Amino acid sequence: MFDTPIKSIDLKGMRCPLPVIKISRAVKEVNIGQTVEAFVTDPAISADVPAWCRTSGNELVKLEKVNDLYHIIVRRSR
Amino acid sequence: MTPQSTAIPQFVMDAIVGGRPFKNKLSMVVLSGDYDKVMGAYIIATGAAAAGMDVVMFFTFWGIKAIQKDGILTGKSLFGRMLGLMNRGGLKAIGPSRLNMGGLGRWMFKFMMKKKQVSSLEDLYDMAVELGIVMMPCEMSMSVMEYDPKTDFKPNVTEPVGVATFLEHASESRVTLFI
Repeated sequence: MFDTPIKSIDLKGMRCPLPVIKISRAVKEVNIGQTVEAFVTDPAISADVPAWCRTSGNELVKLEKVNDLYHIIVRRSR
Repeated sequence: MTPQSTAIPQFVMDAIVGGRPFKNKLSMVVLSGDYDKVMGAYIIATGAAAAGMDVVMFFTFWGIKAIQKDGILTGKSLFGRMLGLMNRGGLKAIGPSRLNMGGLGRWMFKFMMKKKQVSSLEDLYDMAVELGIVMMPCEMSMSVMEYDPKTDFKPNVTEPVGVATFLEHASESRVTLFI
């Protein structure tokens, strides 16, 4: 089921650890079941966002790289 | 007499991360690039791996010197290349955190350790590779210091990762160290 992300954040140009910190803050601001969308250029995010999802218990809905931009969608699960 | 509570103690709940208990695993941050500290890191890592633990080493900032390929110069901009010049040489060129004395101290320590048949840093690295120790570079430090992940690291180093990846390893490890 694909629903429109409630929140969309632009994290382009930010470097580790800022991207995961901002994503975690945005996820806390939506309700359980809702999604957050992020645009990230940090190449470490391809390893970090799945790891963060597993550690924090949230769902990774989408992680897609187009040129040098990562399009990420995370669903708040708890 | 009040009945005993059957609730699970908080410290047990804290030990179960995301439904997974601690593994027989050691995670380590290597931030230092000094000979003494990198030796300590590799000795502990190889010791743990030899005892059957999974070992993950996360090299950041100066620690990146320890996983740098020999005989290359890193950096692209002026500052990057200046830093590359000072960081050159790989494991052979790393000096002790004190009493380096322009390289004299480094030579003296290596001489004394060889006399006592202590493994060299290069041998420890080879043992680490043989034992399957996972060595990950920090993406942020790596790009600030202008290292190219495709050409500047030793062959058994993984692709660069960030802090959340390290923290996932650390949160399921029985032992986590910062060197």
